[in-house]
Amino acid sequence: MPMDPSVVEHVARLARLELSDEERQRFARQLGSILEYCATLNELDTEHVEPTSHVLTLTNVFRDDVAGTPLPRDAVLAAAPDHEDGFFKVPPIIETE
Amino acid sequence: MSTPAIATSYETVIGLEIHVQLLTASKMFCACPVTFGAPPNTLICPVCLGLPGSLPVLNRKAVDLGLRTAVALGCTAQPTSQFHRKNYYYPDLPKNYQITQYRYKVHPPLAIDGSLEIPREDNLVPGGTGRRIGVRRVHLEEDTGRLVHAEQHGRIRYSLIDFNRSGVPLMEIVTEPELRSPQEARTFLARLRAVLQAIEVSTGKMEEGSLRCDANVSLRRPGAELGIRTEVKNMNSLRSVERALAYEVERQRAVLDRGQPVEQETRHWDERRGITFSSRTKEEAQDYRYFPEPDLVPIAVAPQWVAQVRASLPELPEAKRRRYVATYGLPEYDAELLTSSAAMARFFEETVRLFPHPKAACNWLVGDITAYLNVAGKEIDELPVTPAHLAELLQLVERGAISGRTAKEIVAEMLAQGRRPEVIVGERGLAQISDEEALARIVDEVLAEHTGPVSEYRAGKTQALTFLVGQVMKKTRGRANPEMANRLLKEKLKS
Repeated sequence: MPMDPSVVEHVARLARLELSDEERQRFARQLGSILEYCATLNELDTEHVEPTSHVLTLTNVFRDDVAGTPLPRDAVLAAAPDHEDGFFKVPPIIETE
Repeated sequence: MSTPAIATSYETVIGLEIHVQLLTASKMFCACPVTFGAPPNTLICPVCLGLPGSLPVLNRKAVDLGLRTAVALGCTAQPTSQFHRKNYYYPDLPKNYQITQYRYKVHPPLAIDGSLEIPREDNLVPGGTGRRIGVRRVHLEEDTGRLVHAEQHGRIRYSLIDFNRSGVPLMEIVTEPELRSPQEARTFLARLRAVLQAIEVSTGKMEEGSLRCDANVSLRRPGAELGIRTEVKNMNSLRSVERALAYEVERQRAVLDRGQPVEQETRHWDERRGITFSSRTKEEAQDYRYFPEPDLVPIAVAPQWVAQVRASLPELPEAKRRRYVATYGLPEYDAELLTSSAAMARFFEETVRLFPHPKAACNWLVGDITAYLNVAGKEIDELPVTPAHLAELLQLVERGAISGRTAKEIVAEMLAQGRRPEVIVGERGLAQISDEEALARIVDEVLAEHTGPVSEYRAGKTQALTFLVGQVMKKTRGRANPEMANRLLKEKLKS
């Protein structure tokens, strides 16, 4: 069953993606079938099973609090689409009063 | 505009969310240095830039500092806790998610259920018991980058990003909604800051952003369910916390008195205009899609770890305050001021060790010295003055080498330049005149010059003596030993 297109729109907006009508329909269809497939898992009784967030049994993997050498700024900024005075430069973020 | 015939009484309900920058040398998940005020984008690496393939490794010290705070606030450290990804798209967050700790039942944050005491507003008496404000949780997370908006003609043309702060270790402390006034909120925050400084977890400097406070505020009729709350942000000092909340409480009261509902929203405090305003961003219902961070394994805190942390904690401000009142006999108010900053408490104790007159040291510290610090906007450990300087000043006054008035004159120079009071006194010729012969000559001069007051005194108007003492002080530029001047005048007036 296709996903409700408004849910597709919501998820797209959270990811700051603009979708065309055609894409919205297509993704609704595709996501619907993915979710349907995943729903197979619901057939299992997991009432008394702790959710698994890690398959490893490790805990407490730490590093010591020692400062290292950061990257050279020029090298980092060279990889950016745009920069100014040592800052990354991005389109305006609309958050006005 | 206000014509309430019947004043409506509401109860104010405030809860705080406090973000604390932890005192580490390196970031939370990478080795980039943590320093304040470095040039933009000079403290960054693949991890804090969120470059593909980079992996976070947790800084042990950050966990330790979180546990110190948890123990100091009486929280229960969780045997295991876990990081989560909080997903949202904003340019200050290069990974598009923030690594934080979400409160899931099965994956709790670092520590929960503590408290911190504040004084009861109606019970500021020595030894009085306070009111404990619940601390709901203490958790760890990473800071975001910093955005600078380039404006032209009031419009934002583009934005600039500095990722130096990205990945800096933060601790979030959330209180229960148990604060009942803006003033209580300020007191709580001041006491929390004192704790954080005392246990060396943070500098607690709000103006540098190492301590940030957001508040949830609502009003309700006593005994009723909680009202609709607003979240107030952008309060950058203790004073602005109190001002912003006082404004917001009054705003909500006015809305409710008009019979309208309070809108649930985020409001920003504008320090200059003294108002809160709605940020009016078109926020969809917040949907952060938290899930466990697969790149970081859980933190397991064994009881021995907590015991170690407990054993390593210094005396906390609450205990210090009680001790100052009990053993030094200081007033509650003074003890509060002295313990409100760890630097001040250390300075006080060291001064008292060198010159064991706690009340005198306290009077100078909470009086002239605090006034000076407030104007300068500094902590005492940021000035060149040392406890040895203050101890010397107290000694000079104590043995009568200088008058209290002279001490007040030189204290600013001592604080600002860290110079020994004895040297300042010598240079400026301010030493008190306690040489009886020298002072007697001056007294004779004054008596000769002011025959009017002299005969008034002899005729029984004893107030004239005050005037004559004043004249002796004037002639000596305040350096005369006042008791000696008094005695000499009386003796000579009798004869």
